Amino acid sequence: MKEYDVVIIGGGPAGMAAAISAYDNEGKVLLIEREEKIGGILKQCIHDGFGLVKFNEQLTGPEYANRYIDEIKKRKIEILTETFVLKIDEKESFIMEFMNREGVQKITTKTIIFATGCRERTSKQIFIHGDRPAGIYTAGTAQYFTNILGFLPGKNCVILGSGDIGLIMARRLTLEGAKVQGVYEIKSEPSGLTRNIRQCLDDFDIPLYLSHKITRVFGKDRITGVEICQIDENFQPIPSTLKKIECDCLILSVGLIPENELIQELGIKINKFTNGPEVDNNFMSTEISGIFICGNAVHVNDLVDYVSESGEIAGKKAVEFIKNGEKTFEKTSVVFDEQFLYVVPQYYNKNTKEDLLFYFRSKNNFNDQKINIIINDYIISKKYKKLKSAEMERLTLKNDFESNLKKINLQME
Amino acid sequence: MNLTCIVCPNSCELFIEKNGDKLKVSGHMCKRGIEFAENEIKAPKRVVCTTVKTNLQNTPRLPVKTDKEIPKEKIFDVMKEVNKLEVINKTKVGDILIKNVCGTEANIVATDNFLF
Repeated sequence: MKEYDVVIIGGGPAGMAAAISAYDNEGKVLLIEREEKIGGILKQCIHDGFGLVKFNEQLTGPEYANRYIDEIKKRKIEILTETFVLKIDEKESFIMEFMNREGVQKITTKTIIFATGCRERTSKQIFIHGDRPAGIYTAGTAQYFTNILGFLPGKNCVILGSGDIGLIMARRLTLEGAKVQGVYEIKSEPSGLTRNIRQCLDDFDIPLYLSHKITRVFGKDRITGVEICQIDENFQPIPSTLKKIECDCLILSVGLIPENELIQELGIKINKFTNGPEVDNNFMSTEISGIFICGNAVHVNDLVDYVSESGEIAGKKAVEFIKNGEKTFEKTSVVFDEQFLYVVPQYYNKNTKEDLLFYFRSKNNFNDQKINIIINDYIISKKYKKLKSAEMERLTLKNDFESNLKKINLQME
Repeated sequence: MNLTCIVCPNSCELFIEKNGDKLKVSGHMCKRGIEFAENEIKAPKRVVCTTVKTNLQNTPRLPVKTDKEIPKEKIFDVMKEVNKLEVINKTKVGDILIKNVCGTEANIVATDNFLF
């Protein structure tokens, strides 16, 4: 059986960054990708806005991916594409079974990095009543049709949900000559970034209807229309606002869920706030040492730059983990108050001397909000002009504490 | 007047006051916000990202963009021009496919490799 130090599952932005960083730290690396090419979802995200944090440039998705693909090509990183992981056994090292054109194969590895990304919520998960005709797509599928295959998914579209991909597709379909009648969002606040509301909807006079939901789908073979209504503060439909809209396409942009089926088979539990496994500051699982998780598999990020960042950390730390030979670490739990939706990582290694990094989302929207970070006996305050639950925040803290990290508390004042 | 800056994900809320010919911008976290506000008031500009047809069945589209911002009102003219194009030669990221598209001084450049 072939032996590796680090096997990375998933060749998107997190996996590519992890592979490069593990290789540069002298690990024997294998990158496994189930699609034909590496690059992940970036391949179909042809719009710009990627890489502002990482490269200080506005790149399109394929350009951002190519920066990493070029780096991978410069190194001798082993890649298996069109390869699907079947099973992982936890022994002294990990035994991994996967399948591709060569058949079923087995390898062993000292560490595994899960960079499996996330997937879209589908119509089945949002309980729309009515017929099940053709013409209902998730925003990502519509994006794949339009940008990769060159097919327009519809000429007269309705978009449900104001997630970023839905907003981006509203603009994309309009550019390609389709009519987008409107974006309907169940919540009273849009879920996408404000800049995407402005440049994708407002620029093209596409209306955004908040506190609206789709109550029915019409159409026998192909979708012919939807029934829409306004909802009250308890999310109940207001019958007097019911109306029917004709359309030939319904696009769903109703949220993303980290993809962690494989990791759950190892018995690792999923945090209900992030929908991903719990990790420490090295992006290592807090349940099985040697298993690392990065990118959108841990929690859904807004920016690919931070996805790459977590991959880079995971790759480096996986190799360090092997070199150290230490299997268990004393950990301090990151405690946060109920104003936070979540904070990642969930744990810190007590004796880490590296600077602290947190990603978090607030539960509600706040203006001029102070956040207190309590480390041992110290309180460090950071002020935020605005906090939005739809926008992820990244917080760093210099680690010049003399003693180990015994207490980590995040509080909103 | 209020504007949302679209230069970066911070999405700063900009407040713009007109003082004669001069604009006074506040609410920005960086100086790109001022430039954005000035352009947005005088002549809004955008980068256009789209795809072009290719002659290869397994890679039917190649993503492209304008290499700089173009006037907002030219977006659909540019789309029309780009949709006439078919890529048949090997192309690398950054290769120019249309020069000075619709007289905007922007070029249409490939944003992915088209190698076979």
